Amino acid sequence: MSEYKKPQSEKDFSKNFAQIKPLMSDTEAYYESSRCLFCYDAPCVNACPTGIDIPLFIRQINSKNEMGAAKTIYDSNFLGHACGKVCPTEVLCEGACVYNNTDVKPIEIGRLQSFATGKAIRTNRKFYLPGKSNGKKVAVIGAGPAGISCACELRMMGFDVDVFEAKEKPSGLTVHGVAPYKITNEEALAEMKYLQDQFGFHITYCKSIQSKEDLSTLENNYDAIFIGIGLGKTSDLKIKGEELENVIGAVEFAEQLRTKHHQVNVPQKVVVLGGGNTAMDAASEAARMGAEVILAYRRTKEEMPAYDFEYELAKSVGAKGLFNVTPVEIIGENGKVSGIKLKSTSDGNEFIENCNWVIKATGQSKQIDLLRLAGISLDEKGRIAVNEEFQTSNKKYFAAGDAVSGGQEVVNAVANGKKAAWGIKEFLK
Amino acid sequence: MADLITNLSGIKSPNPFWLASAPPTNSGYQIMKAFDAGWGGAVWKTLGVPVVNVSSRYGALNYRDTRMMGFSNIELITDRPLRDNLREIEEVKKRFPDHAVIASLMVETKEEWHQIMKDVTNAGADGVELNFGCPHGMCERGMGSAVGQEPKVLKTIVSWVKEVATIPVIVKLTPNISDITRPALAAVEGGGDAISLINTIQSIVGVDIDKFVPYPIVDGRSSNGGYCGPAVKPIAMNMLKNCAQHPGVNIPISGIGGIENWRDAVEFILLGATSVQVCTAVMHYGFGIIREMVAGLEQYMDEKGFKTLDDFRGKALQNIMHWEDLNLKYKIVADIHEEKCIGCQLCYTACEDGAHQAIGLKENGADRKPFIIEENCVGCNLCSLVCPVEGCITMERRDDGKQQLTWKERTLEGNIPKTFNDELAGGLHHWVPEPADALRKKTPLHYKSV
Repeated sequence: MSEYKKPQSEKDFSKNFAQIKPLMSDTEAYYESSRCLFCYDAPCVNACPTGIDIPLFIRQINSKNEMGAAKTIYDSNFLGHACGKVCPTEVLCEGACVYNNTDVKPIEIGRLQSFATGKAIRTNRKFYLPGKSNGKKVAVIGAGPAGISCACELRMMGFDVDVFEAKEKPSGLTVHGVAPYKITNEEALAEMKYLQDQFGFHITYCKSIQSKEDLSTLENNYDAIFIGIGLGKTSDLKIKGEELENVIGAVEFAEQLRTKHHQVNVPQKVVVLGGGNTAMDAASEAARMGAEVILAYRRTKEEMPAYDFEYELAKSVGAKGLFNVTPVEIIGENGKVSGIKLKSTSDGNEFIENCNWVIKATGQSKQIDLLRLAGISLDEKGRIAVNEEFQTSNKKYFAAGDAVSGGQEVVNAVANGKKAAWGIKEFLK
Repeated sequence: MADLITNLSGIKSPNPFWLASAPPTNSGYQIMKAFDAGWGGAVWKTLGVPVVNVSSRYGALNYRDTRMMGFSNIELITDRPLRDNLREIEEVKKRFPDHAVIASLMVETKEEWHQIMKDVTNAGADGVELNFGCPHGMCERGMGSAVGQEPKVLKTIVSWVKEVATIPVIVKLTPNISDITRPALAAVEGGGDAISLINTIQSIVGVDIDKFVPYPIVDGRSSNGGYCGPAVKPIAMNMLKNCAQHPGVNIPISGIGGIENWRDAVEFILLGATSVQVCTAVMHYGFGIIREMVAGLEQYMDEKGFKTLDDFRGKALQNIMHWEDLNLKYKIVADIHEEKCIGCQLCYTACEDGAHQAIGLKENGADRKPFIIEENCVGCNLCSLVCPVEGCITMERRDDGKQQLTWKERTLEGNIPKTFNDELAGGLHHWVPEPADALRKKTPLHYKSV
């Protein structure tokens, strides 16, 4: 039995997908910020990939200097608002809070961060001006967290920046892939607009860079190129029945959900394959769409790569875990999914789990073709190989984000996109 | 069972908890409600020629998430006609004959003092409290703290009152003076039966940094207020101690200043108070706090085996010495209980920047628990005070407990530093880092490899 009713309207959808980290009120932020101990060499800062001076911005919130707090955050992280909402703070800043070492609840750093940055965005308070033009131009492929972070930093340094985005909106996974209960489209896009207004980089939408000609044009017109293309479609399982209607990739599902909301027709029973955070998201999302969800993973619960809190979240909305099972075949009737044959990895027994949908959250493919065209070397896992300055084997190309990491958090992409900008500056010196 | 019955120079109440003369005692309604809730006595909002008040009247000092840690007011004495107050005093006394009703008074001339004394005595008040403390509004008219700051004037007015008094007279003192014992002695000399302290402290509680006006704001302007609340308790207790220890101040004392729970009351009684008066805490939380105060005091007394308040009144006074009589041989050092440490390193940074660089960090960043460098530790307590974990840093005794040497004794022996570069300087052999080490920013000063 699922705990959520199938949403019939936008209102139902927002209710089922209520923000798990809602924006704080002034009062809540004041009381929460009062609790911060202002640790020396604070562990939360060390745990943040972008190194935000967290005790400082919390102290600024507490002294009613919210704009100062927002600037402290943006000085380290251009996607400060989005990161406050979508970061797995439980394993990053909040996980490092010293209050965890006693029986006190850690400071809600993510929500305080979104509180301050949200005020800056809503009042359109600008902290930065582009640097004086240095006459050099950089192309950024992909308007996701890595690309935008890189673009902002490059503009600060005085580069001209053009961003090319295959989709019709910026933000990358923040708008197209992150679970809707973590951030709303409006919030993600508002921050993008806020940044674009300040830094003045140009974004061309619906412009996919795919061919040798596309690359040649960029190479001829720009001094350096940054690649922040993320990952591709969900990988094939290579099992029978995979081609059936209603076998869907987790990333594709998330994207549908983020764009079509309650209009996505999720059937009554769904099996999600995988044990990573994407699988947990898919399970949570399907459950909130009113489905009965089974989360099938090939190893034990303990071996799941997903964060514990993500599994707990999926369980809390009704998803049930099924461990030590591997998919053998997807069974269909009239071209549609009717069940999935699973095999126990412990005793080899096979059984059929009836379902109407199978969501594959078993990894995404790499966008290898483009990278080959650009002459960029990949590592053994198909990720872009970069040096410490995020420069690829083709010196003119720099890269960061999921295409380099193989799939990390938004905050890692932001951190590395910025570092790549420093690499580009060094390269073009 | 502990007996809380209180007797301050003949003013009796079922417990030592009185409402101070302030907005909570503005009317018979409030005082009856308070007595019904369990308060032992009430000092009526100061009576005199009624005033006209302004709006607004209060400002607060909030500390982080704590509201009204300090509180300031510019309200004056009663703005109600005397006849209404007298009628209500009578009514309250009829309903609560065993509770203490004390009339706070503030008038100018001898004739007025004599008249108002007669009036409140007729109304049934158990005693009076002469308001020589109010530091705002009334003092400009030669009353309130203007009297409290002039011992001679204070003594004269007390003696006027005593000429006609048939009920006990408490003299309320202002803290806006350098030596509180001077007006206290004047009160004794004038014939006062008791003193009460402290009244509020002259203050600017805060400034609106956008409008450039201090709080509370009255049509774009402000005025100094009278400061009270938990923040003033240490000042009040020191003044209480000064009076209670003074052999000339041989009359009972009603303690006032930042009291909001039983523990505060016990502290005041240990420093010599006979009754305690409360205002800000009631203005913040209402009369209901009395339940916690009475229950806590009873439990404390039962646990300690004290049957009456007299059993422990002034018990801490004998342990308050002059600095020169403290034992210089007593040596404590900080001890961090690692199992409780949460790794905030506040002790490290406090000692490093605010004390004696006696706490180190381990080079291995994963272990954030600091360690004490005993030879540098002067036993100042700072680390244990900033530590957010109960019982994590304790101060441990290191001397053998057998030696006793005070500054006074050393002075008598001539064994004290006498010149600027004297070899006897206490810190001469105490390690201090080189100044330029401050700019070596790579690592903390004290690092221990682990």
